[in-house]
Amino acid sequence: MSPAQYARCLFGIFTREALRFVHQRERFFGALVRPLVWLFIFAAGFRSVLGVSIIPPYETYILYEEYIVPGLAAMVLLFSGMQGSLSMVYDREMGSMRLLMVSPFPRWYLLVCKLTAGTLVAILQVYLFLAIAWFWDVRPPPIGYLLVLPALLLSGLMLGALGLLLSSLIRQLENFAGVMNFVIFPMFFASSALYPLWRIRDSSVPLYQICLYNPFTSAVELIRHALYGQVNPEALGWVAGALAVFLGGAVYGYDPARGLMQRK
Amino acid sequence: MNLSPETAGQAALEIENVAFSYGPRSVLQDVSIRVPVGAFCVLLGVNGAGKTTLFSLLTRLFLCRQGSIRILGRDLHSNGRKALAELGVVFQQPTLDLDLSLRQNLQYFCVLQGLDPDLAGTRVEQALRDIQLIDRSGDRVRQLSGGQRRRLELARALLHQPRLLLADEPTVGLDIHSRRAILEQVRAASSEHGVGVLWATHLVDEVRPDDQVVVLHQGRVLVQGPAEAMLRSTAAETVEEAFNRLTREEAA
Repeated sequence: MSPAQYARCLFGIFTREALRFVHQRERFFGALVRPLVWLFIFAAGFRSVLGVSIIPPYETYILYEEYIVPGLAAMVLLFSGMQGSLSMVYDREMGSMRLLMVSPFPRWYLLVCKLTAGTLVAILQVYLFLAIAWFWDVRPPPIGYLLVLPALLLSGLMLGALGLLLSSLIRQLENFAGVMNFVIFPMFFASSALYPLWRIRDSSVPLYQICLYNPFTSAVELIRHALYGQVNPEALGWVAGALAVFLGGAVYGYDPARGLMQRK
Repeated sequence: MNLSPETAGQAALEIENVAFSYGPRSVLQDVSIRVPVGAFCVLLGVNGAGKTTLFSLLTRLFLCRQGSIRILGRDLHSNGRKALAELGVVFQQPTLDLDLSLRQNLQYFCVLQGLDPDLAGTRVEQALRDIQLIDRSGDRVRQLSGGQRRRLELARALLHQPRLLLADEPTVGLDIHSRRAILEQVRAASSEHGVGVLWATHLVDEVRPDDQVVVLHQGRVLVQGPAEAMLRSTAAETVEEAFNRLTREEAA
């Protein structure tokens, strides 16, 4: 296989994911409505309850809406990653995953292609969300929209890799409800997406520690800082490390020689 | 049959002494099967005989830990990617993307096989003509009938011109006309292009006297050879009768 064939494979898988996403309109609107509900309703309701002090990267007091936008952008990536996981389990049960697995390309490469394609589609959703948020007066510096791209890519890959890993562990579609309860919600709420971590520390130090080591917190902070033109090295390190661990686990899980696919 | 001198007589598929179990439950025991290039080989077995597990091993979804599998002489374990490049598969479960068009489904497969775009375009066009669905190439697969979907899947499995086609009960649930059309499509690929075919089914009426037959029962191969020879050895008049005798004898 030549580099051109590898590139075409990646492009082909991305095209398929994008077409599927566009054709499934409910999924498209669902993905967009979820963060908008949080922004328009939740944030408006909690604006006066949850005051935010000046914390990096912000240089002045901000409205609560502005605080939660990076967290909601990360939420889009989180749900997209888990949706990808669900579709992998569905595809495996229904058969189309098998088509991917019998391709002569290396299996790890196909998984990376699938992961990258899903992440790129999710990033399109994030930008759409950020565009709507702009009209809601959440306006980071213009350069932030460009600088946030690598942060979104890395965070999206990390959360997508987590989804891939989970999909290799889940045997049946019915078990996916457990993922919602035990992965998505705890990850989202035990993070800095909705409230600054110092507020959590004031309430519970153990919970603060959990939030601190939650890779989703790192993803949120990476995106938050990038959106305001800054780099958060600690968050960057955590997200990159988590990506390596989750992707390694997913490749292991889908390897017929070592993985978990043969359990029955 | 259109066989080149170097491939004539060569095995498209060689399975030797393969065994497999799910934990303590043994599903395949000492299975050996040979499918020559250009041969149409029917793998007969009732539900639960081990056919789908065998296909999962042949497609590297499961790892073959006992025995060996070679496709066109290439070991599936040590030379898996090259072996898979020679392989076309129609799985038991439909694997088409219902929300994509017929053409998009075929193009996606070409990408996964690493086909050059121009070549892929030509083959997709030809495949759609061959199965008489060219007029519907832009329709979503969701709009096709069950038989049309299966024909599309078969055409897709042959796009990269594999030397071995594996089909896992592709006609189950289809009406008699669709079944006949699909069988004709595959037999033509086998005889005109020298594709070795392993056709798993429990529908004994799909067997022709000149087919190779493998009877798999409770994870073991009971009989392997031409269908006519199976009829003679069991003193049966039909394949169904022979199959019933063989599997009942085994159960007794």
